[in-house]
Amino acid sequence: MDGTPAPIPGRGNALHRFANPGRFMRFSGAVLPWLALAGLSLSVIGLGWGLVLAPRDWQQGDTVRIMFIHVPAAWMAMGGYVGLAIASFVGLVWRHPLADISARGIAPIGAVFTAICLITGSLWGKPMWGTWWVWDARLTSVLVLFFLYLGHIALSNAFDDIERAARPAAILALIGAVNVPIIKFSVDWWNTLHQPASVTRIGAPGIHVDILQPLLVTAMGFLFVFAALALLRTRAGILERRARALMAARAAEPAAAAATVTA
Amino acid sequence: MIDSGFWAMGGHAAYVWPSYAIGVGLIVALAVASWRGYIAARDDVARLEAESPRRRRGQQGS
Repeated sequence: MDGTPAPIPGRGNALHRFANPGRFMRFSGAVLPWLALAGLSLSVIGLGWGLVLAPRDWQQGDTVRIMFIHVPAAWMAMGGYVGLAIASFVGLVWRHPLADISARGIAPIGAVFTAICLITGSLWGKPMWGTWWVWDARLTSVLVLFFLYLGHIALSNAFDDIERAARPAAILALIGAVNVPIIKFSVDWWNTLHQPASVTRIGAPGIHVDILQPLLVTAMGFLFVFAALALLRTRAGILERRARALMAARAAEPAAAAATVTA
Repeated sequence: MIDSGFWAMGGHAAYVWPSYAIGVGLIVALAVASWRGYIAARDDVARLEAESPRRRRGQQGS
């Protein structure tokens, strides 16, 4: 137990080779600064473009600028949950600690982007729909997504032994994954105040290129920010795990540790 | 570009600016909290490894 979770002996399969925490630390350490830089610059460019240069909508006026933060945040909220579900599945099936650690890292990021989506949606709904909130399918299913993230965070921290929390949290994440297609298709399946998809529509997007461009730049920026935060939080999780292992080793050998400290 | 009406956002300033402020603010707060957590974990590992020198191998942290 030296904290470096070695591959299970005698099982040097591809997953364990590539998802080795030591290798992950080297790889993520090299990639992280560039991801963060790309995320920051693309987000600033995209949001500034949307605020200043993009034309106002002929129906919605300047409130359409809320879209440049609302829609990318919504994409991250849903994409992040898919990532959480995949990490949870890998953690459940292959019992890989890196998958559990990354699931723990992803959930708070997804929760923040979902909160941004809900808050900006409310701020957009008030002037355009005349209400901050309606209990319709799209809004309610995104609120459920937010509570799924919060539930995952709460469950992950509900055990004294963090490793034991991974399994119930992963099961919650996988059960909650049914909600993702419900969110996606809620605007088609039910009558709702929320407009249907206009960017990802089959065929030509339903919005003008002058508005689409800053939207996509911001979305790329948010994606890189999400990835950078996920790597950073996973790195922190690996180090915390190593610290716990070192503490456990020291507790197991107090005499030896004392001897080496005084030596 | 930024004319006198820019900050007014066509009368919708009360909705547009809080959206950007809250959105950017929450992401920055999460980034700061994540970075602090990372630094704390990194320092913990460094301290524990320094206290038990024979385990100072496997340089996986930075």
